[in-house]
Amino acid sequence: MNILYGYELSILQGTLLTLELSILSLLISMILGLLGALGKLSGSKALYRLINAYTTIIRGIPELVLMLLFYYGGQVFINWLAESVGYEEYIDISPFIAGVATISFIYGAYMTETFRGAFMAVPGGQLEAGVSFGMNKIQVFSRILFPQMLKFALPGFGNNWLVMVKATALVSIIGLDDMVRKASLAAGSTNKPFTFYIAIAFIYLLITTVSNKGLAALEKRSNRGERKE
Amino acid sequence: MDFSIIFENIGIYLDGLWTTMQLVGFSLFIGLMIAIPLAILHSVKNPIVNMPVRAYVYFFRGTPLLVQIFIIYYGFGQFEWIKSSSLWYFFENAYFCALFTLTLNTGAYTTEIIRGAIATTPFGEIEAAKSVGMTRLLALRRIILPSALRRAFPAYSNEIIFMLHGSSIVSVITIVDLTGAARIINSRYYSPYEAFITAGLFYLILTLSIVFICKRVEKKIYAHFVRTC
Repeated sequence: MNILYGYELSILQGTLLTLELSILSLLISMILGLLGALGKLSGSKALYRLINAYTTIIRGIPELVLMLLFYYGGQVFINWLAESVGYEEYIDISPFIAGVATISFIYGAYMTETFRGAFMAVPGGQLEAGVSFGMNKIQVFSRILFPQMLKFALPGFGNNWLVMVKATALVSIIGLDDMVRKASLAAGSTNKPFTFYIAIAFIYLLITTVSNKGLAALEKRSNRGERKE
Repeated sequence: MDFSIIFENIGIYLDGLWTTMQLVGFSLFIGLMIAIPLAILHSVKNPIVNMPVRAYVYFFRGTPLLVQIFIIYYGFGQFEWIKSSSLWYFFENAYFCALFTLTLNTGAYTTEIIRGAIATTPFGEIEAAKSVGMTRLLALRRIILPSALRRAFPAYSNEIIFMLHGSSIVSVITIVDLTGAARIINSRYYSPYEAFITAGLFYLILTLSIVFICKRVEKKIYAHFVRTC
């Protein structure tokens, strides 16, 4: 197989990095989203305002601008911090960490809204039923609210994942060797940009198609208790 | 932080803002114009008619905007026949390529939004149209489309914001939009905070204004649903 002029392995490595970055960011943004949703619903006004500012600001600014801000700004900030505690050497943030941190932080805001909506969608009667059985708060949360919430969160969660996988393409701009950058490098040395960009476009299509199938199956499973019309 | 460099260079940002608004405005307008007929073709049962539309929507929704813009701006140059044709006058121009990609991208997402709205038209509305003797075309023009477009609006307002944020990617192919302006200031003064926070604020204000306007429009087009009793 030599359709990519000997760059097959390089593109494959880029694909793996894209997947690694996406999955790691997904996990972190889910944790951030859960914490954010619980904070927003906790009843504390100060906490609500703080998290609301986070979700509004993050969702109002393009990912690319945030990524450039965190990448260049984070570099300056870390070094300023290191210098002020007496560390002399220059610290270089790895683009991978900058990428994961930025994407997780951005999608944490989207996940917060997804989970918040899902928590609110669980019918109050179910929680009351739990209480009437003598469950304590933690039991109601872990046995009723949380598992029921997952079902409502699934469509939004799937959508966030699909948008996020595509957003990881932006890390190529801050110098991370993902699929897009590998394709750019190969395109530069072979003078075949169309071939390489189309090739990675199809890999993205494959990822989104497989994700869609998986999400549809999950959704079907999560609705198995629903009454059929 | 020293925001005086921003005030000294505010002209670059304002030019960038204008470029962003132009690109987003034009692409949204043309994208909507192509999306309405495509959504209708998508709903046609004949696969020869709906397959090309499906493929177009599938490709542009399943791949990152960054890859799409690379395919068109860098990729098309790979073909001698494009380079030697009069089309090259357009495709060697970064601004044209940016507008072209953004339009195709929003066209695909908008097609999907309108298709979804058409597919969920209440049976009663179509039956009512049939019962008064409307032909299919007349029903489409008078009943189905107005009803579907109205129901598509909330999703479409999200698409407007999506486009505003997506347009920041054009800065990667040398266009000085809002993000491009920030990148120039950052590289000139090495001041990532001032540069990107300023751009972020502009985007935030634009986003919140769009949300505000869309809410007003929504109120207007849903006015007949408001119960006064």
